[in-house]
Amino acid sequence: MNAFLQGLTHSLNDALSGKTFVLSERLDELTLVVQDADWLDVAPILRDHPALRFEQLVDVCGMDYSSYGEGAWQGRRFAAVYHLLSVSRNQRLRVRVFAPDDEFPVIHSITQIWPVADWYEREAFDLYGIVFEGHSDLRRILTDYGFIGHPFRKDFPLSGNVEMRYDPDQRRVIYQPVTIDERELVPRIIREDSYSA
Amino acid sequence: MPEIRNYTLNFGPQHPAAHGVLRMVLELDGEVVMRADPHIGLLHRATEKLAEHKTFLQSVPYMDRLDYVSMMCNEHAYVMAIEKLLGLEVPIRAQYIRVMFDEITRILNHLLWIGAHALDVGAMTMFLYAFREREDLMDCYEAVSGARLHAAYYRPGGVYRDLPDSMPQYQAARMPRHSESDIKLMNSNRHGSMLDFIEDFTQRFPTYVDEYETLLTDNRIWKQRTVDIGVITPERALAKGLTGPMLRGSGLAWDIRKQQPYEVYDRMEFDIPVGTNGDCYDRYLVRMEEMRQSNRIMKQCVDWLRKNPGPVITDNYKVAPPNREAMKSNMEELIHHFKLFSEGMHVPEGEAYCAIEHPKGEFGIYLVSDGANKPYRLKIRAPGFAHMSAMDEMARGHMIADVVALMGTMDIVFGEIDR
Repeated sequence: MNAFLQGLTHSLNDALSGKTFVLSERLDELTLVVQDADWLDVAPILRDHPALRFEQLVDVCGMDYSSYGEGAWQGRRFAAVYHLLSVSRNQRLRVRVFAPDDEFPVIHSITQIWPVADWYEREAFDLYGIVFEGHSDLRRILTDYGFIGHPFRKDFPLSGNVEMRYDPDQRRVIYQPVTIDERELVPRIIREDSYSA
Repeated sequence: MPEIRNYTLNFGPQHPAAHGVLRMVLELDGEVVMRADPHIGLLHRATEKLAEHKTFLQSVPYMDRLDYVSMMCNEHAYVMAIEKLLGLEVPIRAQYIRVMFDEITRILNHLLWIGAHALDVGAMTMFLYAFREREDLMDCYEAVSGARLHAAYYRPGGVYRDLPDSMPQYQAARMPRHSESDIKLMNSNRHGSMLDFIEDFTQRFPTYVDEYETLLTDNRIWKQRTVDIGVITPERALAKGLTGPMLRGSGLAWDIRKQQPYEVYDRMEFDIPVGTNGDCYDRYLVRMEEMRQSNRIMKQCVDWLRKNPGPVITDNYKVAPPNREAMKSNMEELIHHFKLFSEGMHVPEGEAYCAIEHPKGEFGIYLVSDGANKPYRLKIRAPGFAHMSAMDEMARGHMIADVVALMGTMDIVFGEIDR
């Protein structure tokens, strides 16, 4: 770990003392894992603490870990991954918050802290079905009006469930179950560690 | 007394100023916008989901189709994320080529932006001028990759091939409407290598930017339409996730090329233009100056590339294919080639976020790999997505015609917003 990241690690440990969190470093990037229950307390500290100053939320990414490593995943299924940027201190941080319930994933919304989270949380809700508690306008954003399901979940088929066509008899566009078979041209393989050395 | 209610207007999805497929529901009080609700997703192709079902190499062409006016920059972030996870060193010549093409791409993007923005606001000529220069730069794209737009030129470990020794020329047989002397004139700067052609371009280009500026910078109508429109303070710009020229227009000198340099940007000399008022006019000035600075960087790259030949892609056969000759004569190279293009490369388990200074702002790729030959999750951080979400706040209180100027200043391209 380089000296700069060590300094940031110290600041984070100081600022977040008393909270439960896990801080790890890999490839010169710091990842902070916090509990959903603490998230609303931690987020303002990250933004306002003088040694942290993460003024900008760069990205929110929904995650579905259900098939990670061919079933090797032990933790919770859904998570939101936040990428933070401090323009004034020129540093970045990744925060991962797992949804406590796999069946009905709920994470606290941070739109009050970083307003840009509005659309990002809508996107994660649309694609993964993660509900952001406290979001004022949690509508679908990328998928079609009236879309059913959450398409980026690992159990949602790549070719979808329904297809759309014009029906000349009813003289309107109708939905019907997909008629194409899904095929995998290149199978997904995980090799032993030494393979791609 | 009759009841006066706000009027709701659908802007798009087929409005020519919507830059693609945007439906925006505008709530109007007379001609004043009270609320803007953009409905995006009409171009959603689930690129991120498709990438989970393709090998790492097969997704490179998908990146071109995100922001389809700055193709190579998208590829750049993607291959950098893969290289970071692999811990791969990219040959220095490839880094220079990437930087040069990133800047060519930035000029390409800004030229389309100024053409479309000015056209929206009412100046027809800009569009024609800008496309004249785009033609030259797209010829450079074509010369290195064979494609004018969707290049797929950057590959994990370097670039697909070295710069060509000769610049393709116009052929008389294919252009029956042009006289022999016309074609001779059009080919006058194409007799040397591609680097000669780019150098010639870098010498011509500053005068072209001067031409654009004479048309717009002091133009009364242009200023009436852009000055004090869409003002955003630096604090709000950060809170709303604005990056790139949108942030610099508000006076924050933040540029990833300077603050967190990647490739060889730390060896380049260039300046970061910033605005003061944070309105459409300042953002226009920032982007115009960025084109001049990109031109400077291109010139420095050309000088370096002339003097320093070398490999342009890594010799690690697990990542990049062996050269054709070796593949045809050696068994081991043949096997590597076959495995690479059938099974694909394996990226070690882990996660990486790679951001680049895209012409529109911060373009980031968050790549999660579980050690397989396909990504586990690929998240594309598109600058336009955050910009579009700020539309409501920026448009409130403006006239409906200003919404068009705002769309122009945000440099909206739906390929990246909808992904």
